[in-house]
Amino acid sequence: MTGKGKRERENVLLEIRDLHATVEGREILKGVDLVVHTGEVHAIMGPNGSGKSTLAQVLAGHPGYTVTAGSALYEGKDLLAMTPEVRAREGVFLAFQYPVAIRGITNAYFLRFAVNAIRKHRGEEELGPVEFMDALEEKLKVIGWDDSYLNRPVNDGFSGGEKKRNEILQLAVLEPKLAILDETDSGLDIDALKTVAQTVEKLRRPHNATVIVTHYYRILTHIQPDVVHVLSAGRIVKSGGKELAVELEEKGYDWIREVA
Amino acid sequence: MTEPYVRDFQAFASNGAAGAPPWLREIREGAIARFTALGFPTMKQEAWRFTSVAPIAETHFTLPGSRRPQLALRDVAALSALGAGPRLVFVDGRYEPGLSSLAGLPEGVQATSLAEATRSGPRGELARRHLARYAPWQDSAFAALNTAFLADGAFVHVAADTVLAQPLEVLFLATSGTAVTGAGGPTVSHPRSLFIVERGARATLMESYASIADGLQWTNAVTETVVGEGARVELYRVQREGRNAYHIATTQSRQERDSYLGLHVLTLGGSLARHDITTVLDGTGAELILNGLYVLGGSQHADHHTVIDHARPHCASHEFFNGVLAERAHGVFNGRIIVRPGAQRTDSKQTNNNLLLSTEARADSQPQLEIYADDVKCTHGSTVGPLDQTALYYLRSRGLSPETAQSLVTYGFAAEILGRMQRPDVRERLDRLVRAGLA
Repeated sequence: MTGKGKRERENVLLEIRDLHATVEGREILKGVDLVVHTGEVHAIMGPNGSGKSTLAQVLAGHPGYTVTAGSALYEGKDLLAMTPEVRAREGVFLAFQYPVAIRGITNAYFLRFAVNAIRKHRGEEELGPVEFMDALEEKLKVIGWDDSYLNRPVNDGFSGGEKKRNEILQLAVLEPKLAILDETDSGLDIDALKTVAQTVEKLRRPHNATVIVTHYYRILTHIQPDVVHVLSAGRIVKSGGKELAVELEEKGYDWIREVA
Repeated sequence: MTEPYVRDFQAFASNGAAGAPPWLREIREGAIARFTALGFPTMKQEAWRFTSVAPIAETHFTLPGSRRPQLALRDVAALSALGAGPRLVFVDGRYEPGLSSLAGLPEGVQATSLAEATRSGPRGELARRHLARYAPWQDSAFAALNTAFLADGAFVHVAADTVLAQPLEVLFLATSGTAVTGAGGPTVSHPRSLFIVERGARATLMESYASIADGLQWTNAVTETVVGEGARVELYRVQREGRNAYHIATTQSRQERDSYLGLHVLTLGGSLARHDITTVLDGTGAELILNGLYVLGGSQHADHHTVIDHARPHCASHEFFNGVLAERAHGVFNGRIIVRPGAQRTDSKQTNNNLLLSTEARADSQPQLEIYADDVKCTHGSTVGPLDQTALYYLRSRGLSPETAQSLVTYGFAAEILGRMQRPDVRERLDRLVRAGLA
């Protein structure tokens, strides 16, 4: 193995091979291959119904999806064998397309449970309420957000845009190694999109990676992807640089179907 | 089934009630007559279709004897909802000055026993003007029975423009004849409270009910609250009686112009509990928050019937009742909102959400709107359902274990109600009771 090849191998964060998955008996993913290295931003684009959200949910461990073939290694470990909570503690984060409301539980209260679950998993000391709030305020300063979301119940009574922003707030607080953003851009106005994209940019580190699942090119003008993939009918049919996203923006998805 | 109580009443009227003023004796006579006429309700009656009081009707509960249980202050503090601060303590409905503590009450606040208050003087005049003027003893057999046996209870008067900053607790402890005094059969007590908060005053009051022993016992409580013009009252009520307790309660309040009442109800105890809450918004610009939570397990049954009566224009009422039902518990909620003719610009919102933690748990929820005015904003909604699997997955995807996720979603149902309690110190105490109830 050459020096470069070895380095790349070491830097592989996620390696998906021939992944097949079904929901309610219907096959949605039909052999997905994807390799994500640390430090990279990948965009997975594709028409509605191509399997983008299914891929995102399968990686997070949604119990409604069944993996029927293939593998997904995360830091060399079998991701698919882990429960959703272990994946999260290991550093996988999914920003939901449709975030769920948890009535009566404030963001701050919930986030302390999440942060402490992860800390405990890493063998770190859990944070008390006061320490946690200090850390949280500090984090908000870094990303330049105010604390208006902290004492509101998780996603309860939030507008669509607020819910998406709240996912990014969680992303910032939980500091995952692998962040998967499932259509985080949909339902955001231009300003909110910019804020979200800037926050994601600010959180980029050499040791983490981001997978942006999107239907639209818009968000990619704010977050520069290293690799762009086109998912169609449950398979990645084309991969390329960010110029591929531009091409999709101009030509739509129909030509991809023809290529595939 | 009413006869034994009529006989007990005759003995009571000729003996224990002798010191009462004529006006009160007259009310009692009227009340026992109404009780006899009404009889115990049956499930054939619409308001009782989900709740059978047969276990109460078929048992003859006697008034507790003169022998009183010896209680230590320490035990009382443990049963108190607030744990410290000023309080009036009652054992089986009778005032216990030795267990009570009234230090630190500001001038303008009178807290005493109803037996004392009804005697004479200006307090007697106040009691006469308000006592039994609001509670529906003409229509409710239980309120009638309580009124018939009215001899003692809590009397709290907050004079105009007075601020009662510290929460004042009224603690009713129920004993069961057998377990505590070692004699007699099951006993009933008829706790009675009269809270009068005058114009421009502010007060936080806590009404709490607990059991001393786990024996068969029946509490039949009535509370009347008057919130004067511009007054602001936070009234908390906690029922955590024993698992063999029957708890029937009538809470009636009247709000005057521009007043605010936050009525927070927490039902944790009893094997059979029924609570009728009626609030009348009887002055323009009045605001009500009616905020309730029931957390039940085992074979507990709790039924809350609420009536919010918008009698005047420009009033707002926001009602939230949540239920958490485990094992074979049964929760009943009936919420009626009446908007009287002329009560324009009424703003009323009601919700009742029930979480079923087992397949055997049950909840019945019935919202009712009766609107006789045209320029109003009224909404209501209710839900009954198991834990939301999507919510559990969402929390797990953030690293929480399935157990933690479940307890968080469950606690959220309670926290939603606790979060509306305005006093952080009281909220914290009640939060602890709720957590213990959920554990």
